[in-house]
Amino acid sequence: MTKTKIASSRRSFLKNTLFAGGGMVIGFDWVAKQSLAAAKDSLALPKEWYDFNAFLKIGDNGLVTIFTPNPEFGQNVMTSMPMIVAEELDVDWKDVRVEMAMHDPAKFPNAAFGQFTGGSRGIPSKWDALRKAGATGRQMLREAAAKAWNVPVEEITTANSVLQHSSGKKATYGEMAAAAAQISVPKDVKLKAVKDFKIIGTSHKNVEGPKIVTGKPLFGLDYKADGMLIAMIVHPPAFGMKLKSFNDASVKGMPGIKDVFSFKTYDDGQEKGAFDTNAFPELIAIVGNSTWEVMNAKKAIKAEWEPFATYTETVAGFGGNKSQVKVPAGLENSIDHLAKMKEFASKPGRVVRKDGDPEAAFKTAAKVLERSYSAPHLAHNCMEPMNFFADVKGDKVKVAGPLQAPGLIEPTLSARLGIPAENIEIEMTRMGGGFGRRAYSHYMVEAAVISHQVKAPVKLMYTREDDMTNGVYRPAYYATYRAALDKNNNLLAFHVKAGGIPESPLHANRFPAGAIDNYLAEEWSIESNITIGAFRAPRSNFIAAAEQSFLDELAEMMKKDPIEMRLELLRKAKASPVGKNNDYDADRYAGVLELVRDKSGWANKPKGKVHRGVAAYFCHSSYAAHVLELTVEDGKPVVQKVTSAIDCGIVVNPDAAANMTEGAVIDGIGNALFGELPFKNGAPEKTNFHNYRMIRMSEAPKAIDVHFVKNEINPTGMGEPPFPPIFGAVANALYKATGKRVYNQPFLGDKQELGM
Amino acid sequence: MAVYNLTINGKKHQVDVDPTTPILWVLRDHLNLVGTKYGCGMAMCGACTIHLDGVAMRSCSLPVAQIGNQKITTIEGLSEKGDHPVQKAWLEHDVPQCGYCQTGQIMSAAALLKNNPKPSDEEIDAAMHGNICRCGTYIRIKAAIKTAARS
Repeated sequence: MTKTKIASSRRSFLKNTLFAGGGMVIGFDWVAKQSLAAAKDSLALPKEWYDFNAFLKIGDNGLVTIFTPNPEFGQNVMTSMPMIVAEELDVDWKDVRVEMAMHDPAKFPNAAFGQFTGGSRGIPSKWDALRKAGATGRQMLREAAAKAWNVPVEEITTANSVLQHSSGKKATYGEMAAAAAQISVPKDVKLKAVKDFKIIGTSHKNVEGPKIVTGKPLFGLDYKADGMLIAMIVHPPAFGMKLKSFNDASVKGMPGIKDVFSFKTYDDGQEKGAFDTNAFPELIAIVGNSTWEVMNAKKAIKAEWEPFATYTETVAGFGGNKSQVKVPAGLENSIDHLAKMKEFASKPGRVVRKDGDPEAAFKTAAKVLERSYSAPHLAHNCMEPMNFFADVKGDKVKVAGPLQAPGLIEPTLSARLGIPAENIEIEMTRMGGGFGRRAYSHYMVEAAVISHQVKAPVKLMYTREDDMTNGVYRPAYYATYRAALDKNNNLLAFHVKAGGIPESPLHANRFPAGAIDNYLAEEWSIESNITIGAFRAPRSNFIAAAEQSFLDELAEMMKKDPIEMRLELLRKAKASPVGKNNDYDADRYAGVLELVRDKSGWANKPKGKVHRGVAAYFCHSSYAAHVLELTVEDGKPVVQKVTSAIDCGIVVNPDAAANMTEGAVIDGIGNALFGELPFKNGAPEKTNFHNYRMIRMSEAPKAIDVHFVKNEINPTGMGEPPFPPIFGAVANALYKATGKRVYNQPFLGDKQELGM
Repeated sequence: MAVYNLTINGKKHQVDVDPTTPILWVLRDHLNLVGTKYGCGMAMCGACTIHLDGVAMRSCSLPVAQIGNQKITTIEGLSEKGDHPVQKAWLEHDVPQCGYCQTGQIMSAAALLKNNPKPSDEEIDAAMHGNICRCGTYIRIKAAIKTAARS
């Protein structure tokens, strides 16, 4: 425990020395990044800071800085993570200010989960560490007070940043901070009981709200440094193509243009990490003084492209498993994708789970329901296009920008530049959306390679067109479901076969596995050169819609209420689970269905011309169910209301969690109705928002009513789980409205109209 | 290149840029007013919304040569202390998720309320149609506009 002034971690050392003597970073000075939790009541900056741990420092005036380890892309961890520390520290929230931590594996170890935003793992993976960080600070303050007052530490109480003893002695955290920082760090600290939480479970406003609404520089694209140049890339116009040649002569003479060259993002033969996805290994870089000048040169440059031959590359996955990944040659078409997926669906797949004797059960069935579902590729379309700042000076590197997984890209950058990781400083800016896209930060490596080449700080910016056509998409998927019923409509067997380009969306051990005696799950996949990656609730974001639409149709065939039909299956899964490895909790799953049933007034018939659909899903350790109500006006679906029930364990910041649920619902409705990125001869047919239809305000539900299951389960994740089931609720409500089932996303099809 | 005299947020600025440069890049690159965002470059997403003589405009598609004497207001100049009724309502409803589109949303909303202090739901939908929020905060945006309209 030392004062910040004399503490010098390798990162702060870097920070102080890297730009000494010119090139000082002026865009994001440290003070400008600080977010005051409650600006008007907040304290002035202290004279002295005392470090307590990676998450926490306390000033001599009582101001408390809490560091958010995970990058922020709108899931609000910059508020909710500090809330957890503050709760256990027992600090008054108005004394808290929040800072985004630098990437620092020494402070936050574990490349995958140390400072990774994704997989809805933020709060669940940090829950214990954040609580302990706060509780440790509180214990050190109490021990310092006990020492100063010569009383047993057990007798010191805390509340709202004040230490107190029954003798009447009192001290603020600020007054005790210097002494507390000298106390040796306690090994075991007592955490609060859930019932004693005062901050957790109470809504707190986004700590960056005031900066966001006033347009302060927060995002990677806002980053500036002295002498910084603007860089853009030109990539092949289609997947399956590579650079043949380009003519830089005319472009180099254009106003403001400093340099034009081609480069490889990764060295030939460089082993890739699991998140080093990159469709176009060789790019053209254009570097100049200003964005508009570089944009004009980008439009003017003449390049020739040629098809590439099939190649393989070595990819190292988690745990060091290396695999050879084949990148097939060819210019792909979405129409061919669909035909190929249908062909694979008609053949036997890889069996991933089998319970009982499904083949025999289907033979004896009185009725069989079989339905197939499809969905196209989707682009993430984060509102802030991909970008990164990089300054490579000798063997020192400073990079800053929006990324979800700094720990995963740092080794890649280090290998590409041949510069040790400890010489690389990564600053994580607020992200203008992520949705999985920014877990693949090849654009950061590109920025660094360009900076290295031009020997100047650069900000690489993708245009919207670059962003939409550069790959890392939600895959295209296809699934076929079959169910066997006896003559009394009892469910005998269930069969799912699913696949995609290039991966299967199947989660074979999820509901309704475990609830059906005879169950078969098969999968298949088709290779492709169109790059894919995590997209909010990967795989679940398709398979939930297919499964939940199928269950709806099955319930109708069984003449059962769709909610009650699911609850019956869940009761069976709970009482006598079939098979092993069922990876859901039947009670929690039933809990969200019951809550959404009650809160939506499901027992009452919908009023007037309102049509309802229900769907539920489990993914990323949490449970979500929605009832969606829509009307049809002028041939268009109008979503009147969505009622949502979520079980994500303890809800840290309820209003922010409701906001995220609302967002997931709206995002899901938009993608279900409109979302698609089709390909023709390898080229994405949609390139910007004039032809890629995004949901807009008038198409959002008129109301979304969010309810959380109240329990004391440690948080189980929130960013993704509400997203997948809304697709199913849309499909099931559309059926009620039109009498026609929808099987293929986007549900409004090419004409973007309802089939009535 | 040509010299332009611009009035932005009540202050005079002189820039020497290519006449075709969209005002968005003049603001962001040359004047360091980065609250106005780039989203699409073709006036389809609204992230770059500014006011030109009080009217909401997409700055990404507005060449500097067309500005003339018209006064520009950006998010940085919407209010001195960040306390415009729309900004206050945004905080009250805790609207933002990622926050990237929100300055454009706020500028569109402020222009709407200036011309139509009590807009109906349909009028709000129409005025905000050009602003995409990828995080899906539309319900809160609408609620905040109604709150601002009441204040």
